[in-house]
Amino acid sequence: MSSEVEIGLYVFMLAGFLGFEVISRVPPLLHTPLMSGTNAISGISLVGSIVVAGAHETTLSTILGFIAVTAASINVVGGFMITDRMLKMFRKRQEVK
Amino acid sequence: MTKYFIDLVYLAASFLFILGLKGLSSPEKARRGILYAEVGMFLAVVGTLLHKDIISYEWILAGMLLGSAIGVPMALFMPMTAMPQRIALSHAFGALAAALVGVAKYYHYAPNIPPYIMAALAFEVLFGALTFTGSLMAFGKLQELITGIPIVYKGQNVMNISLFGIAAVIGIYLVMNPANSVLFVTLFVISLVLGVLFILPIGGADMPTVISLLNSYAGLAGAATGFVLHNNVLIIAGALDGTSGFLLSVIMCKAMNRSFANVIFGAFGQVAAPTPEAAVKQQATVRSGSPADAAKIFKDAKSVIVVPGYGMAVAQAQHVVRELAELMEKNGTTVKYAIHPVAGRMPGHMNVLLAEANVPYDQLLDMDDINPEFEHTDVSLVIGANDVVNPAAKTDPSSPIYGMPILDVEKSKTVIVLKRSMNPGFAGIDNALFIQPNTLMVFGDAKGTLSKISEEIKKL
Repeated sequence: MSSEVEIGLYVFMLAGFLGFEVISRVPPLLHTPLMSGTNAISGISLVGSIVVAGAHETTLSTILGFIAVTAASINVVGGFMITDRMLKMFRKRQEVK
Repeated sequence: MTKYFIDLVYLAASFLFILGLKGLSSPEKARRGILYAEVGMFLAVVGTLLHKDIISYEWILAGMLLGSAIGVPMALFMPMTAMPQRIALSHAFGALAAALVGVAKYYHYAPNIPPYIMAALAFEVLFGALTFTGSLMAFGKLQELITGIPIVYKGQNVMNISLFGIAAVIGIYLVMNPANSVLFVTLFVISLVLGVLFILPIGGADMPTVISLLNSYAGLAGAATGFVLHNNVLIIAGALDGTSGFLLSVIMCKAMNRSFANVIFGAFGQVAAPTPEAAVKQQATVRSGSPADAAKIFKDAKSVIVVPGYGMAVAQAQHVVRELAELMEKNGTTVKYAIHPVAGRMPGHMNVLLAEANVPYDQLLDMDDINPEFEHTDVSLVIGANDVVNPAAKTDPSSPIYGMPILDVEKSKTVIVLKRSMNPGFAGIDNALFIQPNTLMVFGDAKGTLSKISEEIKKL
C-alpha cells in the first residue's frame, strides 16, 4: 500500500468522525437544508471532472468529462442556491412580524 | 509550484466546507455557513483550473455553463413541496459525475492499475452507477411518474442480493486483473441495473429513508473518487456527505421504528386494505363536526398544537394554517407546531414547508420537545397526518407500526382531525385516534375547511 493511500484512509476516517460530530449537532429543523447543503459541497467532485474534461486524453474521456462537469455544476450552482433560498425562509417570530 | 498552490487551495476549501456545515447547527448562523462553503467551492474550482494536465478549457466551460443553465432555474423555481424530488435528482447527478470520472480514469490508467486504485475505481463505479439509477427511480416515485406502491415479485431479495454479490466478485476480480475491460463494463452495467432493482420494492412512505441512504452512497462514491485522484478535499467532502446521509437515514429509521434491512427488503406499505366491515364499524362511532363546531372549540382554547402531515402540504394548506394560527394568537391562544421526523417526504421537509408559509421557526417543535406538552394542551389540530398520530403504535402489538415513536396527541383535552375521508393513510392502517370520545373529525379538503374555520372564528 502506498503512503498516499494510507494518508487518504486517515483523512477519510478523521473526516468521517468529524462529520459525525458536526452533523449530529444540526437540529431536525434544518435537516432538509443540511441534505441539500452537503449535496452542494459534495459537488466538489467537479474538480475531478474538470481535469478529465480538460486533459484531452481520448475522445471518450473528454465526453465523459464534459457530462461529469455538467452534472457536478448542476449540483454545485443549483445546490448552493436552493440551500440559501430555503435558509432565507427560516425566520424568528419578531422578524416575521 | 502550481501543485503546491492547488493543494493549499484545497486545504482552505476543506476548512471552509467544515465551517459551513458547522454553521447549520443553528438557523441564525446557517446562511453565513453556506456562504463559507460557497467561497470554499469557488476557490477549489479556480485553483483546479490551473492544473497542469488541462490543455484546453472549451469543454470545461461548456459543461459549467450548461450545468448552471440547468441548475439555476431548478434552484429558483422548484416548489418547496418538490424538494425531495430535487434532492433525489441531485444525488443522481453527483453519483453520475463520480461514476463517469471513474470510467474515464479506468481507461486512463489501464492496463496496469495498482490494486488500491482499482479497488477505489470499482467501488466508485459500483456505488456511483447504482446511486445514479436508484436516485432516478426515487425521483420517479416521488414525482409519481412510477407508482409509489412497492413492486414486488417472488425471489426478489434473493435476486438483488445475488446480483450485488456478482458485482462485488467482479470488483474483487478486477483488483487482481485490472486489464479485463469487458468485466469493467459489465460491472458498470450491473450497477446501473442494481440501482433500479433496489428501489422497485420500496414504497412511497419509505422515501425519506431511501433518499438519505442514497445521499450516503453518493457521498461514498465521491470519497472513492478522491482516492482514485489522490485528492483529499474530495475524500473529506465525500466523507462528510456520506456520514450526513447515513446519520439522517438512521434518524428516519428510528422515527419509523424500522431497521435498514426492513426498509430495503421489507416492501412496507402493501398491508392489506381494511375489510369493508371494519371501515363501516369505524364510521359508526366517529364523531364528526362542522367547521363552525371546530371554531367554537378553538375560540375557547388557551393552547393549541398543530400537527401537520404530508396531507397538509398536498392540499397546499400551509398558508391558511398560518392565518388560522395568527387569528388564534390574536385571541390570546398560544400556538405551537409539532413536527414528526417523517412528517414530510424527506428529513426536515415539513419545517421547510412551514417556514415558507412564514411560520416562525421558534414555533416549530420536534417530537421529543413537544410530546410532554400534549397533556397540558387544550386542542390538538391534526391536519392530513395519520400514522404519526396513531395510538396503535403504542398499544397494539399486532399493528404494523407498533413501536414507532408517535406524537401523543390523544393526551390533549380535545383532538380535532381534518381529513378528506375515513380512508386509511399512506401505510394503509386504521387509526384508533379517530374514534376516541374526545376526537372531533372535520371532513373535507384541508384548505377549504381551514379557511371556513377562520371565517367562523371571526364571526364569533
